[in-house]
Amino acid sequence: MTGTPTLATAKAEPRPHPRLRLARFRDLALVPAILVLVLVGALIDPVFLTRDNLVNVLQQQTELSLLVLAESVILIAGKFDLSLESTIGLAPALALGLVIPTASHGLGTNWPTALAIPICLLTGAVIGAFNGLLILRFKLSAFIVTLGMLIVLRGLQIGLTGGQNLFDIPPSVLYLGNATWLGLPASIWICAVLFAAGILALGFLRAGRAVYAIGGNVDAARAAGIRTDRVVWLVLVVGSLLAALAGLLMTGRFGSVAAAQGQGMIFTVFAAAVIGGVSLDGGKGTLFGALCGVLVIGLINNILTLGGVSAQWIQAIYGGIILAALVLARLTSGKAQD
Amino acid sequence: MTAVAAEHITKRYGATTALDDAGVSLRSGETHALVGRNGAGKSTLVSILTGLQRADSGRVTFDGEPAPPLADRDAWRQRVACVYQKSTIIPTLTVGENLFLNRQQSRRGLIDWHGLRRRAGEVLGRYGVAIDPGMVAGDLTVEQTQLVEIARALSFGAKFIILDEPTARLDAAAIERLFERMRDLRAAGVTFLFISHHLQEVYEVCQRVTVFRDAKHVLTAGVDDLPHDELVRAMTGDAPVTAAAARSSAGDGPVVLDVRGLTLADRFDDVSLEVRAGEMVGLIGSGSSGKNALAQTIAGLLKADAGTVTIAGTTPKPGSVPAALDAGLGYLPQDRHTEGLVPLLSVAENATMTIGKRLGPAGIALPARRREAAVAMIEEYDIRTSGPEQPVNGLSGGNAQKVVLARALASDPKALVLVSPTAGVDVRSKQSLLTAVVRAAAGGTGVLIVSDELDDVRDCDRVLVMFHGRVVHHAGKGWDDATLIGAVEGVREEKGFAE
Ligand SMILES: Nc1ncnc2c1ncn2[C@@H]1O[C@H](COP(=O)(O)OP(=O)(O)OP(=O)(O)O)[C@@H](O)[C@H]1O
Ligand SMILES: [Mg+2]
Repeated sequence: MTGTPTLATAKAEPRPHPRLRLARFRDLALVPAILVLVLVGALIDPVFLTRDNLVNVLQQQTELSLLVLAESVILIAGKFDLSLESTIGLAPALALGLVIPTASHGLGTNWPTALAIPICLLTGAVIGAFNGLLILRFKLSAFIVTLGMLIVLRGLQIGLTGGQNLFDIPPSVLYLGNATWLGLPASIWICAVLFAAGILALGFLRAGRAVYAIGGNVDAARAAGIRTDRVVWLVLVVGSLLAALAGLLMTGRFGSVAAAQGQGMIFTVFAAAVIGGVSLDGGKGTLFGALCGVLVIGLINNILTLGGVSAQWIQAIYGGIILAALVLARLTSGKAQD
Repeated sequence: MTAVAAEHITKRYGATTALDDAGVSLRSGETHALVGRNGAGKSTLVSILTGLQRADSGRVTFDGEPAPPLADRDAWRQRVACVYQKSTIIPTLTVGENLFLNRQQSRRGLIDWHGLRRRAGEVLGRYGVAIDPGMVAGDLTVEQTQLVEIARALSFGAKFIILDEPTARLDAAAIERLFERMRDLRAAGVTFLFISHHLQEVYEVCQRVTVFRDAKHVLTAGVDDLPHDELVRAMTGDAPVTAAAARSSAGDGPVVLDVRGLTLADRFDDVSLEVRAGEMVGLIGSGSSGKNALAQTIAGLLKADAGTVTIAGTTPKPGSVPAALDAGLGYLPQDRHTEGLVPLLSVAENATMTIGKRLGPAGIALPARRREAAVAMIEEYDIRTSGPEQPVNGLSGGNAQKVVLARALASDPKALVLVSPTAGVDVRSKQSLLTAVVRAAAGGTGVLIVSDELDDVRDCDRVLVMFHGRVVHHAGKGWDDATLIGAVEGVREEKGFAE
């Protein structure tokens, strides 16, 4: 052996890691799946590829995608929020109850209709802040707190509206959900902008990176000087705020607030996030991936409808396909979905 | 001039008093050692000096000024940088981002990833760590993680740096480079608080030393005025020295661990070794020698590309930890925090995890028997805890370590693989741990000790040396240190080794 072999340089050799190079492309992992689905859709029904149908698919997913946006950020921070599916119903229901007449199942306060949208968003923020209070101040498990809130908030909505659907919606509240901007539904623009903002914030702002750090190892994040509680709190508030906004969009799209608005959505929300590569353990995943997850689920839904699957069976098949997609995502990403 | 002082600090955790009116005072520009047995309160003082925890009473000053409020993390970070005993690297982020966590430089309000990666490369380069900053930190080895951690603490530009057992997971070469960096920084006026259980390191880099014992300050002295034996006595009080267990050299029992032609690409190549019942074999090598990967492969954490591992006559399914354990293997992992313990369970539950069958019939674990077994272990291994019910995440680093070792030995394994068994363990406990290992060997267990430290393999019948993935040297009883160190560093025997 010539010369002195230095342990120093030898020891520092990075372990070769094939996964590493793949990691860069994990974000794009779902793109082929989306292309396949588009192809399948086109083969099943020529209507699929028409502009109207595609716009329709996107618009139908706008509320879901906002919830997925919210849930993904919360999951990356290492927390849970199951109550989003109730917030999407309660926030608009409460806001409308305060402004519409008693005859239309209002609460009798008859506040000016201009207040409806601010109240709706404020309700969302307050719900998020309350969840944060229970989770951070009282150190309760996020899972159980928000599961409780899911039930409480749904109950509040039914109590306040007497279990009725609200139909008498002021035009200002309807606007966002059914306006058209530059040839596309406003809700699609809103989602696109919010996702772009989210991707930018999580990728390029210190506060956004702090969310990943907290989800990855909260003690280490604290040691690095991140105000962990404050960041998590903010994330929970923004999450619920997004759910309230989704509630507005849904109200506008259907022209009413159903007593069960959002009920059962949370499974789809989690499925989309997880298919999109967001880890339930925190610290891992991207919003772009989550958005792809939403698209996969939206396309599956549309294809099943176009394919003429009978209404009685569609739910079972839809659920089954989502489970299959989760398995596939697990196999293709090669990593455990912990 | 006093750079940093902690005075009359008291800190309690429930019934445990971690610090009792203790303190240290550091002169500007000195490297000050803090030593004491496991659980003496060293890391607790570190968390108070870095503003992670509030003392129950007492005060901390920097350059004579009172410490900033706990909430003002930025102010703390300007005053002190720290390598904590527990890793604070975030496994899901890249190395580069970990280095600049929460201080990523921005351009026009957005993080400049390109610049961050370049600067991360510079920081690592300055410290001589050749790791790609784009790597995900979770994929690093234990040593690499520690190097990143150290590079980060040194890069803050703080005037005061705390290193809590930085050397416990490093090999000799990396330690030497750390000391060089520390001397450079000291020349530039940086003050260090240095914690280690390797007392020779204290003499090597420190000027003064403070000793804690049982949560109290015992003495502070210049290292030149305090010979090694006196230092040990200050740390341990009058505790009696445990006699090393006597063991007759291993005869020719059956082979309990048989490794044949084991190969894993880029880690080790065609390694064969045998351990007989009752025999103790040492396996030493530097960080890049592949010895840790070999141990992980034997335990089933990694899957070999070629070759076989046979444990007590059976060949467990490769790459399966349960299969290896079922075959009769006991294993002490290198990374105790992630592979070793269930943090929220009690000491008793963690320690008795491998002997469930003996705690009661039909899968039932009788609480009384578990307690009894745990109390015996706490006694035997000298584990400092408030009781068997204490959750393990409240133990000091060295004591948590002892729980893992106690557990590995408790199941009466046929073959036992121990990786760096005494890292982070104090001088006195080291002795009792190794004694327990010798006793296990005397009882017929075949032991393989994988370590960087010659002291860990003193009791071994044979020592193998690995270098760059191959076993390059076999030494029988009566080996001498110089030859082994030469082999570890890759100096071929036939060319001779001079020092
Ligand atoms: N979070 C906690 N909860 C309960 N007890 C704790 C906690 N942290 C530390 N302790 C106790 O405080 C005492 C001092 O612990 P500390 O970690 O400061 O020891 P140490 O001197 O750093 O030991 P080591 O050399 O093993 O790292 C120990 O008895 C430990 O059990
Ligand atoms: Mg410690």
